[in-house]
Amino acid sequence: MFSDFEVIETLNMIEKENLDIRTITMGISLNDCADPDPKKAQQKIYDKITRYAKDLVKTGNDIQREFGIPIINKRVSVTPISLVAASSDTDNYVDFAIALDKAAKEIGVDFIGGFSALVHKGFTKGDRILVDSISEALTVTDKVCSSVNIGSTRAGINMDAVKQMGQIVKDLAYRTKDNDCLGCAKLVVFCNAVEDNPFMAGAFLGTGEPECVINVGVSGPGVVKSALEKVKGADFETVAETVKKTAFKITRMGQMVAKEASKRLNVPFGIVDLSLAPTPIVGDSVAHILEEMGLESCGTHGTTAALALLNDAVKKGGVFATSSVGGLSGAFIPVSEDAGMIDAVNAGSLSLEKLEAMTCVCSVGLDMIVIPGDTSASTISAIIADEAAIGMVNHKTTAVRVIPAIGKKEGEVLEFGGLLGHGPIMKVSPFSSEKFIERGGRIPAPLQSLKN
Amino acid sequence: MKKAVITVIGKDRVGIIHGVSGILSEGGVNILDISQTIMQELFTMVMLVDVKHATISFEDLKAKLESKGEELGVKIVICHEDIFNSMHRI
Repeated sequence: MFSDFEVIETLNMIEKENLDIRTITMGISLNDCADPDPKKAQQKIYDKITRYAKDLVKTGNDIQREFGIPIINKRVSVTPISLVAASSDTDNYVDFAIALDKAAKEIGVDFIGGFSALVHKGFTKGDRILVDSISEALTVTDKVCSSVNIGSTRAGINMDAVKQMGQIVKDLAYRTKDNDCLGCAKLVVFCNAVEDNPFMAGAFLGTGEPECVINVGVSGPGVVKSALEKVKGADFETVAETVKKTAFKITRMGQMVAKEASKRLNVPFGIVDLSLAPTPIVGDSVAHILEEMGLESCGTHGTTAALALLNDAVKKGGVFATSSVGGLSGAFIPVSEDAGMIDAVNAGSLSLEKLEAMTCVCSVGLDMIVIPGDTSASTISAIIADEAAIGMVNHKTTAVRVIPAIGKKEGEVLEFGGLLGHGPIMKVSPFSSEKFIERGGRIPAPLQSLKN
Repeated sequence: MKKAVITVIGKDRVGIIHGVSGILSEGGVNILDISQTIMQELFTMVMLVDVKHATISFEDLKAKLESKGEELGVKIVICHEDIFNSMHRI
């Protein structure tokens, strides 16, 4: 029997501190769905997803009910469509996105990820068509998420791809301008993308992954913040120890849910992604954890150090709690999805430059950042290139998900609603990067020795 | 599912255990352990129950307990014991 204290602690975490399982993501390989006839390939894709994932949502809801732990999202990730569609005789992959969208709606998942291409060293025919189809595909579908990997530590950065992605982000914002430029929230540009990420918009099932797999992403910034409130003024060893213990408990939940879902769906368990993923509701913010450590407002001097400690302690605590760690694992710092980040931007303490510095020590990158609508495509490309360079040199995953707010300027706000929150429009540099991006080609992979 | 934990939190009053155990015995749910304490000035009861031979579905049991909680002015939560096992036991 558990002590009353333990029972109440768990229930408080769920009820008062917003502990939840952020996502159960089923990865489904579509390798066997390729067909020279695109219509047939799309039918195979639809059939396979709806067959494999037909009980996913129900199982998630059952677990939520029986265990009393909220499971916020049920999602599907698939093999990058650029690989699956490559053998089909067509020069446009929008219909593949529509097939994914239809399947996602049929099984009732929140999002489906994998309208993706990996082009860090160059484009195949399929990659080219996929990337050209992204703007239209994300405009005509609701549930489909897209990602493109444009760089890696081993390959360098494909600057042709970086150039094109800047244009696509801009184009997508225009196409969805009547819908708060929402298309851009469904597109991530990666460096060192991981193959087992359960989080959107960047989830896809990598080529090294099994036929079907269950990956789980946990959350719980509120729980970490509450734990730190109890050690006010203590030294950093105590802070790190507190975060580790809390991350351990959170991750154990994720492990249990992942095992249970895997058993009920009869699908192997893949990984638990140990992430602190914020939501816009108060008490679920990563920025507030950093502020709890003693910073007046997130983004001030000391923020990068605080985030480095947090990110590392979350991993150290979580690793011991699950049999298999993967995905992005660490603290997420999306701006529009984090009440504390939004306040920090509005207060003038958090800038794009500081966020870039923070991405050197946290789990992903520049995420859910709203920029002025008149930002040029080449500036967006340059933002992507900077972020990719950080990932490439530091052997880590970095990503860019920026939203140009068409028709709006710095200081205004873009509302998405729901988990995506709202974003104050942030300042970008007014100076041009046009000639830099115009060069094209590839930035060579960095040296792996002589580290300074 | 075999065992579940029922937690009752709220202002102490006459009839809480009676109300909860009535629902359990009607549903064929066996009580294995009960502990009661005052925590943060609130009455807190934690019950370990065996639902293996329950004649009522988990969903219905949960709904009945929740509505009984509303009637008594307390919060009643039931969840699978594994959530506590996973978090507090290695």
